[in-house]
Amino acid sequence: MSRTMEDYWHWLTGSLTGEPGLLWQLVRKYETPKGVFEAKEEALLEGFPRSPAGIARVLRGRKEWDFEREREQLVRKGIGFVSCEHPDYPGRLKEVSEKPGGLFVRGELPLDTRPSIAIVGARACSAYGRNAALWFARELSGAGMQVISGMALGIDGFSHQGALLGGGKTFGVLGGGVDICYPESHRELYMRLEQEGGLLSESPPGTRPLRHLFPLRNRIISGLSDAVLIIEAKEKSGSLITADLALEQGRDVYVVPGRLLDPLSAGCNSLICQGAGIALSPEQILEEMGIISNISSHKSKYKKIDLEKAEDIVYSCLGLQSQNLEELCEKTGITATEALRILTSLELKGYAKEIYKNNYIRAL
Amino acid sequence: MQIFMFSKVYSAALNGLDAYLVRVEADINDGMPQLLMVGYLSSEVREAGDRVRTALRNTGIVLPPKRITVNLAPAGIRKAGSRFDLPVAAVILAALERIPGESLQNVMLAGELSLSGQVLPVPGILALVEEARAEGIRRCIVPAQNAAEGAVLEEVEVIGVSSLAELMEVLRHPEQAVRERVDVGQVLKEQVSLQEADFAQVNGQAGAKRAAEVAAAGMHNLLLMGPPGAGKTMIAKRIAGILPPVSLEEALEITKIYSVAGLLPERTSLLTGRPFRAPHHTVTPEALAGGGRIPSPGEISLSSGGILFLDELPEFKRSALEILRQPLEERRVCVSRTAGTYVFPAKCMLVAAMNPCACGYFPDRGRCICTEQEVSRYLGKISRPLLDRIDICMEVSGISYEELTEKQENESSAVIRKRVEAAHRMQQERYEGLPIHFNAYLNGKQVETYCFLGSRERSLLKNAFGKLNLSARAYYKIIKTARTIADLEQEERIGEEHLLEALRYRLPGESYWGRGV
Repeated sequence: MSRTMEDYWHWLTGSLTGEPGLLWQLVRKYETPKGVFEAKEEALLEGFPRSPAGIARVLRGRKEWDFEREREQLVRKGIGFVSCEHPDYPGRLKEVSEKPGGLFVRGELPLDTRPSIAIVGARACSAYGRNAALWFARELSGAGMQVISGMALGIDGFSHQGALLGGGKTFGVLGGGVDICYPESHRELYMRLEQEGGLLSESPPGTRPLRHLFPLRNRIISGLSDAVLIIEAKEKSGSLITADLALEQGRDVYVVPGRLLDPLSAGCNSLICQGAGIALSPEQILEEMGIISNISSHKSKYKKIDLEKAEDIVYSCLGLQSQNLEELCEKTGITATEALRILTSLELKGYAKEIYKNNYIRAL
Repeated sequence: MQIFMFSKVYSAALNGLDAYLVRVEADINDGMPQLLMVGYLSSEVREAGDRVRTALRNTGIVLPPKRITVNLAPAGIRKAGSRFDLPVAAVILAALERIPGESLQNVMLAGELSLSGQVLPVPGILALVEEARAEGIRRCIVPAQNAAEGAVLEEVEVIGVSSLAELMEVLRHPEQAVRERVDVGQVLKEQVSLQEADFAQVNGQAGAKRAAEVAAAGMHNLLLMGPPGAGKTMIAKRIAGILPPVSLEEALEITKIYSVAGLLPERTSLLTGRPFRAPHHTVTPEALAGGGRIPSPGEISLSSGGILFLDELPEFKRSALEILRQPLEERRVCVSRTAGTYVFPAKCMLVAAMNPCACGYFPDRGRCICTEQEVSRYLGKISRPLLDRIDICMEVSGISYEELTEKQENESSAVIRKRVEAAHRMQQERYEGLPIHFNAYLNGKQVETYCFLGSRERSLLKNAFGKLNLSARAYYKIIKTARTIADLEQEERIGEEHLLEALRYRLPGESYWGRGV
């Protein structure tokens, strides 16, 4: 079988994992990956003296790369590859500088015709962040947006799960190969993403999720989206890198406001200070992005109230931030015994949730 | 001179908590002068010969230069302990005709001797007297310090002696011996909680207090979670003060365990307080379950009828915690040794306290410095099967300065105890004639019989079962807890509100341990 340009892109992307800068320098000089493949060894070594390691990988790849076998391996593992010249390559990503030479995919790719939003944030998130992630992702996904995130622990994972609850497509961009589930505890989510969205990576299958790959994958997360929503971020964090990249790529950045002096909110609040948009509700984002025209006309599918009076009192005191029994008793003036019973009843009706032992939130 | 030859008397040896009869025989005959002890004896029993010889001489009786053989039958079972000194002395005296041989008929003896002839106390007297009663023995002679303990069983005449001379006096004039008497009814009536700690001193924590009350009323196992310094230990220690009074049957069992373990204070008749044991988290599995070459009761058994409090649960050795599984289910511990299997009761209420993570502040992300993995690892130290045996789980939240310093009128332990006692009476009436005292001890079949659910209640549970992901074990635990809550309100029927509350006490499922949405 003859080698197509896709094969050459596959080779070059696979050889230069983690070095998109060098990849595009090479492609600019030799016009196509095929040109790089056929270039003289001396010319490559002399032309790029500053990246000897990368060039060495290219040279080694030229000798060892078995086009047939690599192609078969992708097929066998059920992984697709689209190069940046392929018609299916996400349109939003095409505008990005140093875009991935190609994407390895399990499941589907995000559609250009649908609006998409990236939701990212801290791994060690608070209950507040977790609930916000679930809520925003579910509502936005329910309104037809594609939710992009990084499948990490914390906010990323909850965003995917919220999107799945909302019934929309959601896409996880991974640092390592798409055949490696990282973190392992997200195995179930990983499997659902393959079925109800997609897993994307610019690293070839089998690449281990190494640290230096994650900041690079953040540019793909923001690159695939129309807007980026940041939920909880510390002062120095990957989420802020994503925000910076998003601004460079010309994406809107929204931030869920946090509490003062809370380290988990410091990053978000400083973004607000720099002029990022404030996300107050999913409806507001939908409106600002032009997906719905009028907040008041939009009705969430999830609210319908049929509560008794005492239940209503407790329900009205519940919020996104978790509260414990003592706080609820104090606010409502109800005895602990009664509050325990009402909370179970609310939980069974689907209005309250115990997120940690004895800590309750409003189920949205 | 013809010296008389043979005599015998009964004593008893211990096997775990149960005693079995041992016949002590002496024979005096011509031969090499010596005191020979036979009958598969451990070294402390064999040494009894030397103690007895000296004690007798110091009481003014010199053994003749004859061959004296003492046998402890049945010879096939190994005998241990120091309680055979007194019967050995008595049979030798009878064989020497220093006391009438018939005075030893239908009598059981137990006690240790000092070289001066003093009688010293020994452990396990209650178990011994119980065995004597079962075997139809009408009189027991025991050390004076243990007499009150033995006298609890009224069918047997228990006489305390404090020296060998006194023993001889009692055996020469049995009709003049003063029988030890204990008014069991009075002792039980005078039960007072010696706990100084009172719930009135605990501000706030309404939820945790309520959970403690429900747990105490039905003897449900309780797990308290929360940040350091919130008051978990404070609440746990106060639970002992609100437990219902013990019945005679329970008091006998508690006393027997402490007696066998040698922990019963001298001259105590019956222990009427429910035990509260709080082993440190460095405790070994053997100390927890019971062990030793000749096993003695461990902490699980010593807290039987009361509370076993394990503070800082995840810090306990995994091997120690896992050993709790079977005893918590079967309410007894089996310790196997080459010499046989020993069974100790373990009807304790487990009260455990723990932090939700290593730093203690999870889920307060502003203060908790643990990563997700660290939290999971910390919680993972406790196995799911052990958690499954806990009926009630409650969070103790940190309290504010105002709550802490406010002079509040809190309910005192006495008031809570009144409600618990009323609930306990309902359980006693319901389980009359069954070997069950508390709701927590019901098994699946008994739950069906004693915890009737109406159609509304059943549909509520059905709804909850699906929505809250309950397991079969959790299902029964919830019904049992609801039964106790209904008892606290003096309701014969379990209502929806009782089930709703019981559901609230279930273990944190997905949220803590599974970390799902």
